[in-house]
Amino acid sequence: MVKFAVIVFPGTNCDFETERAIKKAGAEAERVWYKTSLKDFDGVVLPGGFSYADYLRAGAIAARQEIMEEVKEFAEEGRPVLGICNGFQILTEAGLLPGALRPNRVPRFLCRWVHLRVNDTETPFTSLYEPGEVIRMPIAHAEGNYYIDDPSKVRIVFQYSDENGDVSEEANPNGSVLNIAAIANERGNVLGTMPHPERASDRFLGSEDGLRLFRSMVELARR
Amino acid sequence: MFPHERKLIRERLKREPNELEWAMLEVMWSEHASYKSSRPWLKLLPTENEHVILGPGEDAGIVRFDDETWIAVGIESHNHPSAVEPYGGAATGVGGIVRDILCMGARPIALLDPIRFGPLEKERNRYLFEGVVKGIADYGNRIGVPTVGGETEFDESLDNYTLVNVACVGIMRPEHLVHSHVTEPGLKLILVGNRTGRDGIHGVTFASEELGENTEEDRSAVQIPDPFTEKLLIEATLEAVYTGKVKALKDLGGGGLTCASSEMAGKKGFGAVIYADRVPLREPGMTPTEVMISESQERMLFAVKPEDVEEIGRIFEEYELEWTVVGETIDEPRFVVYWRGEKVADLPIELLTDVPTIEWELKPYSAERPVETPDVSFGEAFDLVWGSPNILSKRWVWEQYDHEVQGRTVLKPGRDAAVLKINDEYGLAFVADGNPNHSYLNPYHGAMGAVAEVVRNLVSVGAEPLALVDNLNFASPERPEVYWSFAETVRGLADAARAFGLAYVSGNVSFYNEVVDRPIKPTPVVAGLGKVKLEDIPQGAFEGGLLIGVVGLTKPELGGSELFARLGVEGGLAPRVDLEEEKANASGVLEAIRRGLVKAVHDVSRGGLAVALTEMAVAGKAGFTADLSKVPSETSSPIEVAFSESHSRYIVAFPEENLEELKGLFKHFAIIGRTGGGDAVFLWNGRELLRKPVSELRAVHESLPRLLGEEE
Repeated sequence: MVKFAVIVFPGTNCDFETERAIKKAGAEAERVWYKTSLKDFDGVVLPGGFSYADYLRAGAIAARQEIMEEVKEFAEEGRPVLGICNGFQILTEAGLLPGALRPNRVPRFLCRWVHLRVNDTETPFTSLYEPGEVIRMPIAHAEGNYYIDDPSKVRIVFQYSDENGDVSEEANPNGSVLNIAAIANERGNVLGTMPHPERASDRFLGSEDGLRLFRSMVELARR
Repeated sequence: MFPHERKLIRERLKREPNELEWAMLEVMWSEHASYKSSRPWLKLLPTENEHVILGPGEDAGIVRFDDETWIAVGIESHNHPSAVEPYGGAATGVGGIVRDILCMGARPIALLDPIRFGPLEKERNRYLFEGVVKGIADYGNRIGVPTVGGETEFDESLDNYTLVNVACVGIMRPEHLVHSHVTEPGLKLILVGNRTGRDGIHGVTFASEELGENTEEDRSAVQIPDPFTEKLLIEATLEAVYTGKVKALKDLGGGGLTCASSEMAGKKGFGAVIYADRVPLREPGMTPTEVMISESQERMLFAVKPEDVEEIGRIFEEYELEWTVVGETIDEPRFVVYWRGEKVADLPIELLTDVPTIEWELKPYSAERPVETPDVSFGEAFDLVWGSPNILSKRWVWEQYDHEVQGRTVLKPGRDAAVLKINDEYGLAFVADGNPNHSYLNPYHGAMGAVAEVVRNLVSVGAEPLALVDNLNFASPERPEVYWSFAETVRGLADAARAFGLAYVSGNVSFYNEVVDRPIKPTPVVAGLGKVKLEDIPQGAFEGGLLIGVVGLTKPELGGSELFARLGVEGGLAPRVDLEEEKANASGVLEAIRRGLVKAVHDVSRGGLAVALTEMAVAGKAGFTADLSKVPSETSSPIEVAFSESHSRYIVAFPEENLEELKGLFKHFAIIGRTGGGDAVFLWNGRELLRKPVSELRAVHESLPRLLGEEE
């Protein structure tokens, strides 16, 4: 069975539910303290939370830890690397994804369920979605305002939209360029998402739309 | 400390305590640490039943959820510090209650924050409000414990003050229970977590006095929050507990190391030696007194056998936490402190932990007097109440809280109660309520009403009530009227809980809540736990094509209501709780939910029927037409029917075919209208009282940010 590492930095706090969601999606998953080696794993997930309490900038300190060298090797080898929320911030800080996540337009923490339009179904994380499909997941961040000089250079995976899939200014919760909620690297094997798929992986919690992201990731890692 | 207490201490000790001893005694004999004024009354509360594993007396109470799962629950106030330094005060309040849950061996899984302020028109009150919310958010979000609900209220009586209560639940397996006390000598006492600094010196003493005019001077008594260390402490503590080698565990809160170590050792008659100079310090030059009474946050005290010290220590090191053996438990019931090889304090331990109670003078008062319901139009009354800051949606507050972290939040903030998923079949419902306006008019019935409202909120989401905790916020007990209202409150809490067969498993008392001689209203806050089958949970919002039913009897009870508060009407009679009707309606609604007869349920409380109906419309996708003349009631005044805050009432929405079966479950029940359309329509005998588009009502409901000067 394929096995994913869920990396735990001091201050990470979405590791348990992320591990749970990956297992539900049919793979093995293990929470891994950031001082541990990743050699027995098929893929890596950087979960949400407040690594190093977001002191300095969100994700900045975690991005400079030794384990990130191994994560970079995973990325280069084409194996799946998923960053959720703080994990996305770490991936941009580590240079594994382009752009930056700035403080929200209204500069405070925002926890809210949002609609997302699926823009790219060619990545290993989104193959089980339909192009243009509208899905629901919660966001929970203070620094999720994605910025890049030239948005045409990134693979936009999810965009904040209304329930009909209109990518409108009103549906943009944090000021992100082009309502960007999730992006992938050029090859598609590194994905960063501000919305939390692990919190949308149980029908009792409001949606199972996020579970498909993990199922898709697991399916492709199997091949 | 009072002069007679000093005298008593000298008599019992047969000598004059030295400076350090006095400081430790001062802390332990404070109202906040000793409960000396409240204990004589708190013993009236029921604390045992088949659900209770551990009642009051340790850091948190424990309730049985099922054979494999226990729930630890506690509630705390951080009123004084938050009134002085709202951000740090509220944040450290969260940290404290989370450690209380943690030190029972439970993983904290959710928080509730009942918070109260003065009117938002004043800048100082907005500052307190925004600071408290940010403090709770920054701390709770960083430690990864979701804040899933609470209450937010505004009242003139709290001008320039704030009441910040926080309740927490944790989940544990039975075999992981760790007690707060030792049962043997020779255990090593390990202090782990943050370094000890000069913050929070005399925090409990400060919390046991009224605030003066210039509160800024008291900032040094407020502790500094560090959620990063708290998060590491949570994980390290649980890992240590899971080894089975932790013999006792307490967090360092009010009273610091003195309180934690003396209570841990003294509870079962043992003693402790503390080597105060071994405590890692944040700053040089601290005195033994400062070390012993500092309330620096994010510290825990573990008792372990000498041979297990290294193993437990290694766990802390893995999490990069500093740990030190600061002392040990001894056979002799004494509390001894050493500083650089010299004995600097030596007291009988019971002198610290066994503080005599005080019974203050009681003097009944009555703020209740009959008043005429003012001549006000329905539309005017509705706009006043619907636009009240107490009724407005608190989305601005709870969207700043990460209420989804840990992936358990089935029912989110904004519903009658939060529900947390515990396993694939069952959830834990969690809610807190209090109504100081009712309590001010009649402390006994106000307290019963708080319990009744908790029960209704649990029932409305389909949960069977399991247990209660109480947080009693009062002014100075030295005021005879205040002390009487406290006693009446406890009586009301006890009587209501007994009627429902419920027990209080933990609680908190906060006295001396006054600024410059202005006492607060009696403010008992009750939090409740319930167990709900996840499949059974009804909606809280309207959808089209349903009948609307009202359960329970509406009486002309506008005393302490939101309408009277908005109109500035004083007096009136507080709503009375009819315990038989309240119980019967609760079991009827639960039965209706279990049988799947109802689509949506909402309890009726603040703002009355008019508000409850409108809330169900703005939360959903349909308006309604409701004829208030059809409501089972003891009055024929539309204003009284719409805005009375009588207890025992629910609104249910259901498909017509279930009507006959549903009717049979209740004594007082009537169909008052139907859901559907885009308007909220109130009728009286078929005549229109008010019609408003739901979209417009929703816009008003979401207008709290505007009151804070924001655009959104």
